[in-house]
Amino acid sequence: MSKKELRPYFPLFALPTFIAFIIGFIVPLGLGMYLSFCKFTTVNDAVPVGLKNYSDMFKDPEFIHALWYTALFAIVSVVTINFFGFAIAMLLTKGIRGTNLFRTVFFMPNLIGGIVLGYIWQLIFNGILAHFDLTLTFSEVYGFWGLVILMNWQQIGYVMIIYIAGIQNVPPELIEAAKIDGATGRQILGHVILPMVMPSITICTFITLTNSFKLFDQNLALTNGLPGNRSELLSLNIYNTFYGRVGFEGVGQAKAVVFSLIVGVIAIIQLVLTHRKEVQQ
Amino acid sequence: MKNLKKGIALAMAASLSVCVFAGCESGGNTGSSASTGSTATTASASAGAEGGKVYYLNFKPEQADQWVALAKTYTDQTGVEVKVETAASGTYEEQLKSEMAKSGAPTLFQVNGPVELAAWTDYCYNLKETSLYQNLKSDDFALIKDDEVKGVAYVIETYGIIYNKTLLNKYFETDGAKAKSVDEINTFDKLKEVVEDIQAKKDDLGIKGAFTSAGMDSSSDWRFKTHLANLPIYYEYKADGIDSTAAIKGSYLDNYRAIWDLYINNATCEPSMLSAKTGEDAAADFGLGEAIFYQNGTWEYQNCIDAGLTDEELGMLPIYIGAEGEENQGLCTGSENYWCVNSKSSEADIQATLDFLNWVITSDEGRTAMATDMGFVTPFKTFDEDAKYQANNALIKAADEYIANGKTAVKWNFSTIPSETWKNNVGAALLDYAQNGQTDEAWEGVKKAFVDGWKTEYDAAHSGEAAAEEAPAEEAAEEAGAESMAVDENAAQ
Repeated sequence: MSKKELRPYFPLFALPTFIAFIIGFIVPLGLGMYLSFCKFTTVNDAVPVGLKNYSDMFKDPEFIHALWYTALFAIVSVVTINFFGFAIAMLLTKGIRGTNLFRTVFFMPNLIGGIVLGYIWQLIFNGILAHFDLTLTFSEVYGFWGLVILMNWQQIGYVMIIYIAGIQNVPPELIEAAKIDGATGRQILGHVILPMVMPSITICTFITLTNSFKLFDQNLALTNGLPGNRSELLSLNIYNTFYGRVGFEGVGQAKAVVFSLIVGVIAIIQLVLTHRKEVQQ
Repeated sequence: MKNLKKGIALAMAASLSVCVFAGCESGGNTGSSASTGSTATTASASAGAEGGKVYYLNFKPEQADQWVALAKTYTDQTGVEVKVETAASGTYEEQLKSEMAKSGAPTLFQVNGPVELAAWTDYCYNLKETSLYQNLKSDDFALIKDDEVKGVAYVIETYGIIYNKTLLNKYFETDGAKAKSVDEINTFDKLKEVVEDIQAKKDDLGIKGAFTSAGMDSSSDWRFKTHLANLPIYYEYKADGIDSTAAIKGSYLDNYRAIWDLYINNATCEPSMLSAKTGEDAAADFGLGEAIFYQNGTWEYQNCIDAGLTDEELGMLPIYIGAEGEENQGLCTGSENYWCVNSKSSEADIQATLDFLNWVITSDEGRTAMATDMGFVTPFKTFDEDAKYQANNALIKAADEYIANGKTAVKWNFSTIPSETWKNNVGAALLDYAQNGQTDEAWEGVKKAFVDGWKTEYDAAHSGEAAAEEAPAEEAAEEAGAESMAVDENAAQ
């Protein structure tokens, strides 16, 4: 069939997805935006109150704290996850024995759900800290590093797979040529491999960055914000505002809108920045 | 390279869509995980003549099965469909919010006091003309706002310091015991002497500590940030002759500190371990006989029995904090479970719901189920008609004894706490204090959360009300003496 013959069927193929997209994305987004300007108890009885929710939001010190805590967490976890993920990918493309086994093992944590992981790691951390008469929720610093370790454990395998795909796609003749020219291992890595896997880096930073910002399950299961909401990331803060505070549903909604804007803007900036560094063959 | 890009683009699209679906799923999970823990029953019998239906969103998971059974009995007798859903522990407010937004919303739901009522007041049917309200023993058990009866309490509960009689008697027989019988413990000073002596002799007594762990995990922290905090609030109100306040002074905070110190320094664990200790940990300490004292309430009875304790072993002491006249202080008694009928339901559904409630509190089946199967002490006159409608619960009997001996029950003034956030902040400050060497400086944090936080939260709650008429109305409800409060935590019961 030619393109022309297919054209009449366009709605048949596109419409179901389009409708699903409207129901599952456009409508909730629009409703969410609208609700952020309202006071309400259930979503059906909203009364517009203008920008009040937004001004209340910034009066909430916990929100500001969650914002910084999340930003710091995102930076630390993006750097560590990508560093270790890339390092392991390099090791596992050297052709050492049992490469496939290692790849599988490293990838596996990614298959476990966030809530389960959170509880498992909580047990592990508390088991260790109990020797010092401490617990993971003793201070938000422990919670922070606990969360970083957890996320590293879960996501390193995932970015590793993407990096492996990228590294394997580096043409061997380029590396060979560099070697003939007398480049050292470090120079090959910095000037040949890294530029060539830039597309993978773009994707991996994108995935890890957005994941770290949106993190909810692991945070809920690991510390649930303890002590005193100080290890609370943004998503959990929004959730607790919406469900945990009578009369603050609108504020929670406003936080959610601001939150999605922040994540969107940061993700786009990051995409543009790393995209620029990509090279074409 | 082009292929790689294509592949990557595909992978990205796939991972994005996974994120989207995962998002959907976790969003939906709130509801569905709640309903996994919940038991839904929809009797398939044809609906009654008027076509009204009842949908009860129950707050207490412990009684989920009993409600379902009771609903089935009613359906078998009358043909009216009664659906009972129970929110999983700690998720009631979430489930209520999402259920109320649906068509086929609950016709019968619960609020836990005046503060939560403020959020749901537009959904509450005026129960004034109903048999439910007319059978109530006193207006103390109703939420009244603008002369409208918005909610009716259906269970009265009591809390204090539960103790293990066997172990305590064992202590009384030791050399140099600071008391010889539990009757001697009627002030804070005496309690402190006994507790500290028990702690010193814990190895001889074969226990790990005098008190169970004062866990500050969310499954347990309500015992201290809400229930224990009630005592300084109660005594301050009493001294000032008020029922609620916009700004608390914290005149009894030193007493609060004294009792908190006693709890955490004489427990089964170090204060630095508190943040991760859960309600189950404390229940286990008590159930296994590793601690003698356990601050909790009548709802904990069944758990104690399940853990192997017997009626004869269980007793309850008032929480003494060293306030004047506390020799005559009884246990803390009140309610935080109010039935509300959804005014936005159809008239037939409202009528069906009222008929169902009337049946629950007047029929033999209904009263037996509530008193015996669920173990509730109810505030309805109809339950006084026969002794068999009295709950069989050793802790409730202990509470009744204090009343019979002329002690004054402590009101549940925590119903006037301005918000959940206040409690959370006080809880966090209490934990900080416990973890940081219990210094005066750390206590300042508790004072700040208690006193300044009260004002901030009160103002926020009252300016937050867009509709100006809501504020005075809420005070009216508080004045009505409704004694209860938002304790999501009751989930833990």
